[in-house]
Amino acid sequence: MKKKIVVGYDGSSASGNALDFAVNLAKASQSGLVVAHILEWSPYTFLTPTELEERHARRTEELERAKSAVLDPVMQKLSDSGIEAASELRYGHIAETLIKVAEADDVEQLVIGRTGHSQLSSRIFGSVAGSLAQASPVPVTIVP
Amino acid sequence: MKKTYAAALAATIVLACTLPAMAQSIDEQVNTLFANSTGWFVSFIFSPFPGTSFPWIVGWLVVAATVFTLYFGFIQFRAFPHSIALVRGDYSDPNDAGEVSHFQALATALSGTVGLGNIAGVAVAVGIGGPGATFWMILAGLMGMASKFTECTLGVKYRNEYPDGTVSGGPMYYMTKGFEERGLPAGKILAVMFAIFCILGAFGGGNMFQANQAHAQIANVVGDYPGWITGVIFAAIVFAVIVGGLKSIASVTEKVVPFMGVLYVLTALVILLMNADKIGWAFGQIFEGAFTGLGVAGGFVGALIQGFKRAAFSNEAGVGSAAIAHSAVRTKEPITEGFVSLLEPFIDTVVICTMTALVIIITGQLVSDPETGLYLLNEGGSAIQTVDGNTGVALTSAAFSSSFGWFQYVLAVAVVLFAFSTMISWSYYGLKAWTFLFGEGKTKELVFKVIFCIFVVIGAAASLGPVIDFSDAAIFAMAVVNIVALYALMPIVKRELESYLARLKSNEIKKFT
Repeated sequence: MKKKIVVGYDGSSASGNALDFAVNLAKASQSGLVVAHILEWSPYTFLTPTELEERHARRTEELERAKSAVLDPVMQKLSDSGIEAASELRYGHIAETLIKVAEADDVEQLVIGRTGHSQLSSRIFGSVAGSLAQASPVPVTIVP
Repeated sequence: MKKTYAAALAATIVLACTLPAMAQSIDEQVNTLFANSTGWFVSFIFSPFPGTSFPWIVGWLVVAATVFTLYFGFIQFRAFPHSIALVRGDYSDPNDAGEVSHFQALATALSGTVGLGNIAGVAVAVGIGGPGATFWMILAGLMGMASKFTECTLGVKYRNEYPDGTVSGGPMYYMTKGFEERGLPAGKILAVMFAIFCILGAFGGGNMFQANQAHAQIANVVGDYPGWITGVIFAAIVFAVIVGGLKSIASVTEKVVPFMGVLYVLTALVILLMNADKIGWAFGQIFEGAFTGLGVAGGFVGALIQGFKRAAFSNEAGVGSAAIAHSAVRTKEPITEGFVSLLEPFIDTVVICTMTALVIIITGQLVSDPETGLYLLNEGGSAIQTVDGNTGVALTSAAFSSSFGWFQYVLAVAVVLFAFSTMISWSYYGLKAWTFLFGEGKTKELVFKVIFCIFVVIGAAASLGPVIDFSDAAIFAMAVVNIVALYALMPIVKRELESYLARLKSNEIKKFT
C-alpha cells in the first residue's frame, strides 16, 4: 500500500510553507498526501442554553465554512498542479487530533508549520509543534 | 422589529426612571401587592394533608422519587459508574466531535440549578429545620436522581428537531408526543398547564428569588440600600444579554460560574478539615435531629419538610426544567442523557448542599441551650436562634467568614454570578414554555423577555417572605403536572433502559476510548 504524508493545514502562511515542503517530499518519495484541517474544539467548554440549542446548526456552518474557505481552495490548487491529495476535516484538540490522523496504518510522517509563538505564550499554553514532537507516533517535520 | 425593540427599551428606561421618584416606600408597596396577589396560590400549593402539617406537594415529590427509584431498580446507584464514563466521553463517537457533548449538557443544566438554593436555601432549611433537615435533604437528593433520570430521558426522546438544526425539548413535548404515542388522553392539556407553571416558575424561583437574594448578599457586604437599585442594574444586564444578544456577558458567566462552584466546595472542605474533630459531632447532630428534631420549630416533621423542600427547590428533580436543558445533547440513545442527568442532583444536593449545611453546623451558627443540648428558638418561635440573628444567605456568609473573613466577598461575587446564570437559564426555560404556548416569533419572544426583566426589579425590591413563598409555589406547581406525565410515560423509559443495558452487555454499544 502507498505510504502517506499528513500535513497540518490551517490556511496560515506557516502552514502554506509546510504544505509546499510536504508536496516536494511526497513527489520525491512517491507517497500519497493528506491535507488535515483541525477545528479547535473541546467537549469540556461551558455553553449557555441557547448556544447548546444552536450547536448542531453552528457545527454544520463551521464545517461548511472550513471546507469552502480553507480546504477547497488548497485542494483545487493541488489538483491543478497535478498532485493527488486527500483531505481530512476534524474537530478536536489540534495536536491530539493530528496524532489520531497519523495513527492510521499507512501514514509515514507528519509535516506541520511553525506559527512562531513567543517563548512565554508557548510556555503557558504549550504549542502544537511541541506537543507533536513529544507524542507523535510517526516522524514529525516542523517547517519554519 | 427595530421599532418593538426600541419601544421595549424605552419602556424599561421609563420604568427605571420612575422607580426612584417613588422613593423608598416602593419596596413596601411591591411587597404588600405581591403578598396579596399571590397568597392564594401559595397556600393552595403548600396546603397540608388534612389534620397534619405535612404539605401534600412535598409528599407528592417524595412519593414520585421513591416510585421511580423502585421502578427502575435503584438506577441511581446501578448506573452511577456508567454515568461518569458517559460524561468523560468514553462512549462518544469521535465523528460527533463538535456537537454538544454529555459534559456540556450536564454543565449547562448544573449552572441553572447550582445557585442560591445551595447557599441561601440550605441556610433557610437548617435555620428552621435544624441540622436534621440535612439528613432529609441528602435522602431527597439521592431519590431525586431517579426522577431526573426519567424526565431527561423523555426530554431527549421526544424533543423537536427543526430543519435549521436547532432543537427544542422539554416536558411540553413529551406530554404531547409521548401521550399520543401511548394513546393517552389529555397530553395537550397537561402540556399547556406545564407551560403556564413553567413561565410562573421562571418569574419566581428562576428570577425573583435570585434577584432578592443577590440583593441581600450585596447589601450585607456594602451596607443596606433600597432593593430596587440592585433590581434595575440586574434587569439592565439581563436585558442586555437576553434581548440585546450580548453573548459575551453570558459566556463569561458560564465560564466563571463552574470555577466559583469549585472554589465554594473547596473552601467548605478546608473549613471542614480545620474543624475535623467536630465532623463526627456534626453528623451526630444531623442524624439525631433527623428523627427527634432536637427541639426545632415543628419538631421532626419540621426538619423533614424543610429538608425535602430545599432539596427539591435546589436540584429541581421532578420539576421538569432539567428536561429542557438536557434535550440539546447529541446522542443516538436518549437514555444516555438520563444517565448523565442523574449526576445533577448528586452534585447539587448530595455534595454542594451538604457542604453548606455542614459548614453552618460546624462553625456553630445555631444557638443551642448548653444544658439540654436543644436548639433555642427565636422570639417568634419560627426559626432557630443564630449567633448574629442571620437567616438565608447572610447565615451562610457568616458561617464561612467565621473561618475566613475575606470569604464573604468571594461569596458575594459567587451569589451574584450564580443568581445571574440561574436567571439566564430560567429565562430560556420560560421562553421555551412561552413559545410553546404562543408560537415562535421575534415580537412574542420580546414580550416575554421584557416581562422577565420587570420581574427582576420586583424580586429585588420585595422582602424575602412573600418572594420565597411564591418562588417555591410556582416551581412546585410545575412538578404537579410533570410528575403525572412521568408516571404515564415511565414504561417507555423502562423499555429504553432494558434495551440499552442489554446492548451494553452484548458489547453492541462500544467504548470508543
